[in-house]
Amino acid sequence: MIKVSGLTKDYGARRAVHNLNFNAQQGEIVGFLGPNGAGKTTTMRILTGYMPPSDGEAIVAGYDVVEESLEVRKRVGYLPETVPLYTDMVVFDYLKYMGDLRRLPDVEDRVDEVLDMVGLLDRAQGYIGNLSKGMRQRVGLAQALLHSPEVLILDEPTIGLDPNQVVEVRELIREIGKEKTVLLSTHLLNEAQNLCDRVLIINKGKIVAEDTTENLQARLLGAERVVVKVRGDGDQLADTVKEVKGVRKVETLEDGAVEFEFASGKDLRPEVAKHVIKTGYDLLELRPLGMSLEEIFIELTSYDGKKK
Amino acid sequence: MNNIWTIAKREYDNYFNSPLAYVVMLAILLPLGIYFVLILLFSSQNAFMGGGTAPDTLQINWLFIFLMVFLAPAITMRLISDEARMGTLELMLTAPVKDFEFVAGKWLGAMMFVLTAALVTLIFPIVLNNFVSPGLDWKTVISSYIGLILVASAMLSLGVGISAIFSNQFAAFFVTLGLFFFLWFFVNMPAGLIPESSDLLNYLSMSYHFSQNINRGSMTLAGITYYLSLTALGLFIGTTAIEIRRWR
Repeated sequence: MIKVSGLTKDYGARRAVHNLNFNAQQGEIVGFLGPNGAGKTTTMRILTGYMPPSDGEAIVAGYDVVEESLEVRKRVGYLPETVPLYTDMVVFDYLKYMGDLRRLPDVEDRVDEVLDMVGLLDRAQGYIGNLSKGMRQRVGLAQALLHSPEVLILDEPTIGLDPNQVVEVRELIREIGKEKTVLLSTHLLNEAQNLCDRVLIINKGKIVAEDTTENLQARLLGAERVVVKVRGDGDQLADTVKEVKGVRKVETLEDGAVEFEFASGKDLRPEVAKHVIKTGYDLLELRPLGMSLEEIFIELTSYDGKKK
Repeated sequence: MNNIWTIAKREYDNYFNSPLAYVVMLAILLPLGIYFVLILLFSSQNAFMGGGTAPDTLQINWLFIFLMVFLAPAITMRLISDEARMGTLELMLTAPVKDFEFVAGKWLGAMMFVLTAALVTLIFPIVLNNFVSPGLDWKTVISSYIGLILVASAMLSLGVGISAIFSNQFAAFFVTLGLFFFLWFFVNMPAGLIPESSDLLNYLSMSYHFSQNINRGSMTLAGITYYLSLTALGLFIGTTAIEIRRWR
């Protein structure tokens, strides 16, 4: 549904996007993550036919974004980052206008339908300029969904929404993602973790990682981290854990628990458990720690994708 | 074609949502109304004195077009520049609308607004027709109105084209105004000094074809071609400016 190969975009002398390659299939939600200025919006603008790439190719819904831009635009729903809207228009009229430009049949019924989907049916006759930021975001989303697009490209779709709305909009995206292709950019890493089947991490115009969040964790860690907790005061616990061969980076946490690390491949948990019990502690917990997407993100984007 | 109409219709409705439209409408209709009354008074006074000529409304259309030199830039300044400033241009350029359709839709919306004002001014010849005997020369009146539409079309098209270049509506306004000043007042000024180039310079003048020919009932091919060419040029500039925005 989305096939990007060798995509490059230059703004004058500055290279905003450099040789991007990725695919997104039907029924897949792909998250696009990266710091500000990483090239996310530029890539999305190329995929929606807003601007042509300097080099490379992008096929969206089976059409080339440069050669068959109009065909792409018919099949893509796009929510831009700043949610541009005609603030002097009534919500219903605005969506009808966008529907007319897309030559939708029974456009008025469809407008009611999408307004219901985004929970704005009661504001249909209100001026867009009088709506809150969250409501405007939902008008933008309604506009992107209006023509039941095959591909949905959403630039920060839940920004500005209150927590209840965030849950509703995510549910909506999840529902759409079952049948359509969704590419969404977000700064909210837990959003990507909860919503996306796959994430692309982009930094300085290049993709530095592309995988499921679980696989990214496993790939980046290279080591297993474990928390050990004992009953009572574990003053000497850190020293006890250090005595086990192969254990490294031992740290006492605020609640008295101890966190340590060992190289992947050799599970040292049995040895640690035995040694802790032998020393006289009552072992309460021995819990492996995953790596959060936040950590993965910082790890990948702070060092140009090169591991420390 | 459908998209041009959809965009034009929204733009036309949008004019009446903004106070600027009413100010522009007033700035056109009020001076024309006053001028019309003055023409009537002056002609009736002359007739009473036993001289003068029958009043006509051609001077009103000339004034209409003269006011358009100043007002057309105000009508067109925000059409595309404001979409660029507000970001809605991104919405339009990712909708299945051709760049030309977008620009032409904006131009047609502005044309419909000016035609509404022109329609109101039809009241002047209709009223006057009842006061003069044997009535107005309608052929000349129609020629004058066709001329008015042609000049307005050229002005609005150039205005839309320039609006597509800028993201600041006031920049668009002043550049458009400057261009109209040049084409209206200055381009054929040296015609008297350089007789060998006077035909060319007069041809390039926006006011010449209207004042000297079309408004006098003479629909010259040169005049029609001139205004239609400027219309095409404006739409071309607008479409190209949008294309360039995409590539930037």
